[in-house]
Amino acid sequence: MDTGNEKDETRLPRIPQPDLVSRRTAIKTAGVAISAVAVSGSALSAQSETPVTLTPAEYATLDAVAARLIPSDANGPGAREARAARFIDRGLGGALRDALDQYRSGLAALDVFSNTAYGTGFAALSETDQDAVLEAVQDNEASGFDENSGQFFNMVRGHVIQGTFSDPFYGGNDNFVGWDMIGYPGVRTAVPAQYQQMDGEHTPNHVSVYDSTMFDEGEL
Amino acid sequence: MARQLNPTDVVIVGAGAVGGVAALPLAEAGLRVIGLEAGSWLSTRDMAPDELKLNRGLWPPGPQKVNGEISTSRANESQTANPGFNHPMMNAVGGTSNHYMAQAWRLNPWDFRVVSATRERYGGGRLPDDSTVEDWPISYDELEPFYDAVEYGIGVSGRAGNVDGRIDPDGNVFEGRRAREYPMPGLRMTSFMERMRDAARSLDWNPFLAPAAIASEPYAGRPACVYHGYCLGGGCHVNAKSSTSVTTIPRAAATGQYEVVTEAHATRIRTDGDGRVTGVTYIRNGEELFQPADVVLLGCYTYENVRLLLLSTSPAYPNGLANNARQVGRHYFSHLQFGGAGALFPFDLENWYGTPGQGICLDNWADDNFDHGDLDFIGGGSLYVYTERRPMAAVNGLGPWGREGRNWGSDWKAHLIRNVDRTNSAYIQRTTLPYEGNYLDLDPAQMDPLGDPVIRITASYRKNERRMSPFLVDKMRQWYLEAGAIQVTGTGNVGNAMGLSTHAYWGTRMGDNPNTNVVDRFGFSHEAPNLGILGGSVMGTSGARNPTLTAQALAWRTAAHLAENWDSIA
Repeated sequence: MDTGNEKDETRLPRIPQPDLVSRRTAIKTAGVAISAVAVSGSALSAQSETPVTLTPAEYATLDAVAARLIPSDANGPGAREARAARFIDRGLGGALRDALDQYRSGLAALDVFSNTAYGTGFAALSETDQDAVLEAVQDNEASGFDENSGQFFNMVRGHVIQGTFSDPFYGGNDNFVGWDMIGYPGVRTAVPAQYQQMDGEHTPNHVSVYDSTMFDEGEL
Repeated sequence: MARQLNPTDVVIVGAGAVGGVAALPLAEAGLRVIGLEAGSWLSTRDMAPDELKLNRGLWPPGPQKVNGEISTSRANESQTANPGFNHPMMNAVGGTSNHYMAQAWRLNPWDFRVVSATRERYGGGRLPDDSTVEDWPISYDELEPFYDAVEYGIGVSGRAGNVDGRIDPDGNVFEGRRAREYPMPGLRMTSFMERMRDAARSLDWNPFLAPAAIASEPYAGRPACVYHGYCLGGGCHVNAKSSTSVTTIPRAAATGQYEVVTEAHATRIRTDGDGRVTGVTYIRNGEELFQPADVVLLGCYTYENVRLLLLSTSPAYPNGLANNARQVGRHYFSHLQFGGAGALFPFDLENWYGTPGQGICLDNWADDNFDHGDLDFIGGGSLYVYTERRPMAAVNGLGPWGREGRNWGSDWKAHLIRNVDRTNSAYIQRTTLPYEGNYLDLDPAQMDPLGDPVIRITASYRKNERRMSPFLVDKMRQWYLEAGAIQVTGTGNVGNAMGLSTHAYWGTRMGDNPNTNVVDRFGFSHEAPNLGILGGSVMGTSGARNPTLTAQALAWRTAAHLAENWDSIA
């Protein structure tokens, strides 16, 4: 799977699944791609993405927040590698459109608060300072937010989780890093018995439910 | 003025779990039946296993009338009723049987005679003095043939424990006598279920595979379950779930006698000067229509059954249809299902797939299956564990399990990775009783989009439920620990308000006395003789069970009674 040419796509690349044999081949192929991403994960930055709803600055701030909520670390890639920010950015032009104003004002307030406290915008802070800012935001101790800052935090956290662990159709969970993180073996239209056995095979299949043409698609 | 349609023999309001069952015996008897369904037909293309789509409320497709009429609720009359946020049911052909758990339980024989059985075993003083519970007017044995008809009619998988008095220790040894086995063997075992079963056996309890309205093998032209894990709250993309939309409804339609009118919003049941019902008024595509019928069967969910009756005022029924005795809405209760127990195991459970109907149950502490002599409550609960875990729900639902710290960052992520597939939550359904002061009425302040008031729930749990719950959580704790759990949570704290629920009972109580009950022992109104009522609103006790199969058995029985006594009822 080519991970370097996705910015113009409105949908995730799909693994062709004509039959079970090629599906298994695809699993192996996808496994190679996952390893590559894990290695280069820290190099993947917001700049590689052209946002479709947010401004580039807003997107960079959001991506930095996602990267601290579910960090890339010794346990593997996180929300940045899952492209949770891309999921949110696309959603804010669609199914999440009602939250767009909250994102715009909240991300602006986050940068103002970071500037006031540390002298620079959120994305440019050290990870330690980013965490301190996010703790203040979660604890309702950050000023300048429309409602209270904890409400903004909870909304973003909820969407980052969606962007990390939902079907890749929606633009997040890139390369299935979210599902691999928690060991979810993948969405399946039929589940062999061994996948419900503790000593059975649990190889992830790395497909989107809409790789099959069986279903009407959800709203992006 | 509503446009008058051609008369029919029977109109059934609702083509869901109960209306979709009642249609079959009527259509097969040659009666002309029209079903009015607020939702639309769904197809397998609507059944994507897409957690985000399901969570966003974009499913099910089609008009969702229920979302405009969500009941308000309060614990007692001193409070103001709060609007509900979402309706637990859905509109579509097949109704909520499209997305329910599909657990397919019979009630225990004790549930039909709680009052007399409690007096016999413990003396009359053991009945909670504020409860209005009564024995059902019918016994388990009278309903048994209709349980059987539904189990075979829709297709239920399970392992019987009592076939004609022969006890099978691998089935539910506490169940009532049944005439024959289930039509299909139980759903497949998982290693987590085997572990829980073995643990229960080592405690000398009696675990068994729960029955489910899901095909475990090909049945009546439908394929077996594929265990994909998006069953509850979603539909089945292979039609293995025995929803009425793929079982009794198409069979009834195939007779040529049953027609479902979709996107039909029923607004009133009409009556004549003699107090007989004459048909149903509904709105479809903005047009008001009147469907005349000799008999009307009301087959909505409990809240909408009661609401349509109370809204249908007329000179013969100034307080609402079938409500001259002022009984409609009384004795309401909703099932105590929440406040279970959770466990953390020191190993992955591989519970990502499956269906909530695929589980292991214990009835040792349900109903009156154990001695209550030294206890301060009656009844009990079924202890149930099942498999099915979805990624986002698993991440959002993972508790701290002793960990301190924030719900984000590297430490939280490590906790998530380690424990996300190591937890389980038990489903403990408990005997819940009706009480004085608990009722449904029309909310004076909250209206639906047509300007009709929604239902207001005024109800609270009482001592019996509060005392029972910690006892059951303690039994569940023993079971989990025996199975190797390293932490168990749950207090059995019940809360107060008996609010909006997927398991809602009474409001149109069934009983022989016309002064204190809405319907007779066959489900027909004591006041309007050609009006039948289907669903949980006629069920007198909750037992420790999901109510759907019992409501369906009652619906089948009401329909069969109507077909056999057509001349006298119509």
